[in-house]
Amino acid sequence: MKTLQDILQPQNLVYTKPTLMNDRPMHYCPGCSHGMVHKMVAEIIEEMNLTDHTIGICPVGCAVFAYNYLDIDWIEAAHGRAPACASAVSRMWPGHLVFTYQGDGDFACIGTGESIHAMNRGENITIIFINNAIYGMTGGQMAPTTLMGMKTSTCPYGRRADLHGFPLKMTEIAATLEGTCYVTRQSVHNVAAIQRAKKAIRKAFTNSLEKRGTSLVEIVSTCNAGWKLSPVEANRWMEQHMFPFYPLGDLKDTTEQQ
Amino acid sequence: MQQPQETMLLKGNEAIALAAIRCGCDGFFGYPITPQSEILETLCKEKPWETTGMTVLQAESELASINMVYAGGATGKKVMTSSSSPGVALMQEGITYMAGAEIPGVIVNVQRGGPGLGTIQPSQADYFQSTRGGGNGDYEVIVLAPSSVQEMADFIGLAFELAFRYRNPALILSDGVIGQMMEKVVLPPQQPRLTEAEIAQRYPWAATGRSKNRGSNYFTSLELHPEAQEKHNLHLQEKYARIRKNEVRYEEYQCEDATYLIVAFGSAARMAQKAIEDLRKKGIRAGMLRPITLWPFPSERIAQLSTQVKGILCTEINAGQMVQDIRLAVEGRTPVFHYGRLGGMVPTPDEIENALTEMIDNFSNENHE
Ligand SMILES: Cc1ncc(C[n+]2csc(CCOP(=O)(O)OP(=O)(O)O)c2C)c(N)n1
Ligand code: SF4
Ligand SMILES: [Mg+2]
Repeated sequence: MKTLQDILQPQNLVYTKPTLMNDRPMHYCPGCSHGMVHKMVAEIIEEMNLTDHTIGICPVGCAVFAYNYLDIDWIEAAHGRAPACASAVSRMWPGHLVFTYQGDGDFACIGTGESIHAMNRGENITIIFINNAIYGMTGGQMAPTTLMGMKTSTCPYGRRADLHGFPLKMTEIAATLEGTCYVTRQSVHNVAAIQRAKKAIRKAFTNSLEKRGTSLVEIVSTCNAGWKLSPVEANRWMEQHMFPFYPLGDLKDTTEQQ
Repeated sequence: MQQPQETMLLKGNEAIALAAIRCGCDGFFGYPITPQSEILETLCKEKPWETTGMTVLQAESELASINMVYAGGATGKKVMTSSSSPGVALMQEGITYMAGAEIPGVIVNVQRGGPGLGTIQPSQADYFQSTRGGGNGDYEVIVLAPSSVQEMADFIGLAFELAFRYRNPALILSDGVIGQMMEKVVLPPQQPRLTEAEIAQRYPWAATGRSKNRGSNYFTSLELHPEAQEKHNLHLQEKYARIRKNEVRYEEYQCEDATYLIVAFGSAARMAQKAIEDLRKKGIRAGMLRPITLWPFPSERIAQLSTQVKGILCTEINAGQMVQDIRLAVEGRTPVFHYGRLGGMVPTPDEIENALTEMIDNFSNENHE
C-alpha cells in the first residue's frame, strides 16, 4: 500500500494550479465556464512568460472580479467599455499584451459600439468573449445572444422575434471587419474542447503581440445558474441548443495565409 | 527637446492642442463637436506621433473617448479628451468611474448653449454639470476656468499636475468665446514625455504590467461590502478636503476699495472687467473676484469680501448657477444678485454695467423706505 507521502512526489505530478491564480475562493457557480477560461488564461500568460507586460481589462458581468483571481495588472471597465479601454492601453503600452474578457451583455449589447469600432480599427488586442446567452450577474435576464424560444427572467415565456428580436451573432459580424485578423468560436465543455480553446487563446495572444490586428475568441459557455440546470445538464443543453446556432471553429484566420 | 518659449497668435482651441503636445501629453482621444473641433484638428495636423510620440485618436464617440482616458490614465500616462456640452454629458459615466477608481486625466469642455443639442454658441450652463458631478455617486472633479487664450495653454499643464497629484479627473471648463477667439499666447517649452521607467518609479500604482517585485495593480470602483465602500468614500472625502484646503485659485481685480463686487468666471469675467472699468470712470467703486478653480470654490475669500461690500453681482452666461455657491459662501451677509444671458447669447459689458447700476438703485430705494 502506498502512503500519501509516497504519492506526493514531483515525478507523480500530473496537474498543478497555475501560479498566476490566486488562492482566493472563486465566486463562480460550480459548473460555470468562467472558472475554466480564467484558468486557461492564467496558464497561457505564465507559459508565454508575459506576466510583467500583460494588462487585462475586465468587464461588468460575472467576471467583474477577475482581478481577484489572476495575479496580473487589471483595469476594470464600465459595462461594455472594455474594448475602448483596451484600445487606449494598447496604444499607451504598445509592447504589452492587452486583452479584454467580456460577457455577451457587455460585448454584444451595451458595448456593441465600442466592440465593433475597436475591432474595425484593428486594435492589437485580444477579446475573450464569454457567450452564455444570458445575463448571469444580474440574475438571468435576456441577453442579445439568448436563443429563440429560450426562457429567461425577462422573456419568461421564451424569446420571440416579435417581442424581442433575434439573437445577435457578433462573432460573425467581427469576421467581416477588416481590422480583425483571427476570429474563432470555441467551448470548454470537455477536455478536447479545452485544449482547442487554449490553443486559440494562445494564438490570439501571439497575434496581439505581433500587432496583426484584433483577435476575437468567443467561448460558447454555460451559465447553469441562469439556465437553471445542473452542471452536467447545462453542458448537454449547450451541445444540443447552443452549438447548432453558434457553430464552433475558426471563422477567420488571416495569420494562416502569411 | 527643450525649445525656447514661443509667442503665437492662436485660437483658444489651438492653444489647447499645442500646449498639450508641449506639456508631454501621451494621448488625446476625442470626437468632433462644435465649437471645439479645432483641438482634434490641430493635433491631427501637427501629427505629434512623429515627434513626441503622442497618440491622437478620433474615437467612435465621447463615451469611448472618456473610457480611453479612464484606461489610459490607469497606465500612468498623461491622457486627455476634449468636447463640448452634449459630448461632455455623454462622458459623465467615465468621469465618475475615474473619480471612483482614482485615475488621473484631463477633460476639456468648450461649452455651448443647451439643454439638449442646444446651440453652437457660447454658454456657461454646464457649471452645475461640472461642479456638482454629472455622474453618479459622491465625488468631485477639479474644475479650472480659463478666461483667456493664454490660460487655455497654461491650464493644460496645471490640470495634469493636479490630476496626478490627487489621482483625480481635472476638467478645464471653457466656452465657445475663449475657444474661438484669437489672442497672443506664450506657449510653454516642449517637455519630454515620461519614459516607462519614470512612470513605474513616479506612479507605483499604475498598470504597467506586474513586475516580480510588486503585487497586481488593479483599478476598480466596485466594492460589494458597504463597510468597505464607505471606507473608500471617506478616503475620497479626505482627499477632497485636502484639495479644498490647498488648491483654491482666484484672481482679484480692483477689490481693495470696492463697495460693489462682481463675481464672474471665464469669458463672462472678460465682459465684467470692461464693465468695471466703465463703472469706475463714473465713480462707482466696483471690483471683481474671478474664480479660477470652480471646484474647489473660493468660498472663504468671497465670505471675507462680503463683509466689505454693499452687494454682490454674479454675472454668468447661464440662468444662475455659480450664484448658488456665492450665496452659500455669503450666508446672507450681503445681498447677492445675478445677471445672465441664456442659450448662446453673451452679456455685453453695457448690460453688466446696467445690471450693477440697477442693483445699486434697488439699495437706495430700500434705504429711503
Ligand atoms: C451601465 C450599467 N447598466 C447595467 C448594469 C447592470 N449589469 C451588471 S452585469 C450585467 C449583465 C452582464 O451580463 P453578461 O455581460 O452577459 O455577463 P455574464 O454575467 O453573463 O458573464 C448588467 C446588465 C451595470 N452594471 N451598468
Ligand atoms: S451566474 Fe452564470 S455566469 Fe455567473 S457565475 Fe453563475 S453560472 Fe457563471
Ligand atoms: Mg452572459
